[in-house]
Amino acid sequence: MLFLSIALMYACSKNEDKIVPEELKITFSVPSNFPSPAYNFEDNKLTNAGFTLGKKLFYEARLSADKSVSCGSCHQQFAGFTQLDHRVSHGVNNCQGKRNTPPLFNLAWQKAFFWDGGVKNIETSPLNAITDACEMGTDIETIVAFLKNTAPYPNLFNEAFGSSEINTQRVLKSITQFTAVLVSGNSKYDKVMRKESGATFSSVELAGYNLFKEKCSSCHTEPFFTDFSYRNNGLDLVSADEGRSHITGVSTDFGKFRVPTLRNIEYTSPYMHDGRFYSLDEVLEHYNSSVKAAPNLDVRLKNGIKLNDAEREQIKAFLKTLTDNEFIKNTLYSEA
Amino acid sequence: MKLSQYLLAFLCPIIFLTSCKKNDDEITADTKSTFTMEFENQVNGNPLVLNTNTYKNAKGEDFKINIFKYYVSNIKLSKADGTVFLIPESYFLIDASKSDSEEITLKDIPTGDYTKVEYTIGVDYARNFAGAQTEALDPTNGMFWTWNSGYIFVKFEGTSPQSTATNNALTFHIGGVLDPNNTIRTFSTDINVANPLRIRTDKKPDMHFIVNAGALFTGKTDISFSTLNFTMGGANSVIVANNYANGLFRLDHIHN
Repeated sequence: MLFLSIALMYACSKNEDKIVPEELKITFSVPSNFPSPAYNFEDNKLTNAGFTLGKKLFYEARLSADKSVSCGSCHQQFAGFTQLDHRVSHGVNNCQGKRNTPPLFNLAWQKAFFWDGGVKNIETSPLNAITDACEMGTDIETIVAFLKNTAPYPNLFNEAFGSSEINTQRVLKSITQFTAVLVSGNSKYDKVMRKESGATFSSVELAGYNLFKEKCSSCHTEPFFTDFSYRNNGLDLVSADEGRSHITGVSTDFGKFRVPTLRNIEYTSPYMHDGRFYSLDEVLEHYNSSVKAAPNLDVRLKNGIKLNDAEREQIKAFLKTLTDNEFIKNTLYSEA
Repeated sequence: MKLSQYLLAFLCPIIFLTSCKKNDDEITADTKSTFTMEFENQVNGNPLVLNTNTYKNAKGEDFKINIFKYYVSNIKLSKADGTVFLIPESYFLIDASKSDSEEITLKDIPTGDYTKVEYTIGVDYARNFAGAQTEALDPTNGMFWTWNSGYIFVKFEGTSPQSTATNNALTFHIGGVLDPNNTIRTFSTDINVANPLRIRTDKKPDMHFIVNAGALFTGKTDISFSTLNFTMGGANSVIVANNYANGLFRLDHIHN
């Protein structure tokens, strides 16, 4: 015990004397206006080495069938980790997927993943994209074999997990050390909510926020701007994509999709599960005048959401306060 | 129950204390040993031979089997006095194409006479939604659905001239843990008290189970391959699970 305290004291004084700044310790931080997360790294200890490996795997195109596509190809940081200008994900062999790439942030608070909620754990989420013929078109055995035979991966696994063994679990846990750390909680909205450094909404933004709370927030609930439920928002009379019912097998779930977050929406165009709308104006016009009476249409949308021109501008001004440039531009998350 | 818990709490320290004092050669209540479970795959009484042998379902339709794999998990042993031992982390994948998977060894089992064995056909609810798993539950075993996460509990693939699917294929991937399509089923069997599972430090018994792949297609509902030849979870998987719940496993004998 005595030795330990001496060692600790020594460690402390040593740190203070250091001139070269220490390497930034990767942390998972919960913004004060967020609830406690669903994923808390209990069984996946977050370390710099684990994060570094996870990030490298995330940006590793050689994992895909034709070595052309990495996770980062469809999840681009500058687009809030979705794919800019792509209606649907663009996978190996130029294959076009069937749904719009979801953005990746605040995943540690999410209990189900993908538009239909088919995947229930963040750690197993990458398997879906890895095996989908239109995404990475490969399988985890091939990936594990590739990593075992490709430097510097055995070394990186050794640093992250204490031995150079490479298996599915380690691949998935390290990727999660990267993806679950992606927290977007420093938008203007967040700073206003936390009353940080005198941040305030402009009058237009405030009017937009009040309108939003009145007309949108029952589904796009704060602070994640989604209630994580599955709803039909009347895009089509008969949806071409069965959506949630593909997972549940329940007909009342036909054509329902997870309510998407609106954080960073300025950068996540195009919108909707099939990426049919390129602008927020198109989205608002849909709710204003084009909601179709689909059999499973959400009751709250029966009469659409009427918005005049001035209201639309206010709503859009508010939605832009959800942009988190500190997150979008954080080089910690960028491909090296 | 409450009383026994108190009793256990009271006894535990005593057992620990005594176990410390006693020498290794003495047989005490807390000794542990090993037993094996052997799964002999059959089809309606005939040996299961992949790819070549032809079998008949209850409707008289011919079929062959290319893949037959299933999970056995959460193995529980009970004594006549009602005490139950859940074997921790007991997850096993039996694969008809890998003969070494057909015998599993269970270690660190408290010695004693067991009169009942029980296990899950498949994987419990929690593990279906847990994070990345390893060993028997590693997704590389081809028993994990990536698009609707969760395990395939029983995987049967084959062919039948009656199947209307492409290449006369039969594809039965049974899994799913959410109502109304929950396919978790439990197998439980009493062991003849005259010949219980006797686990001793010097005796490692073997339990021999007969596994009938034909049980997927008969029981509650006789399945015709002309109408049902493909299922990957959902209502049709429930029909199959309800069939095999009773007929898939049978404890044949124990070598003590």
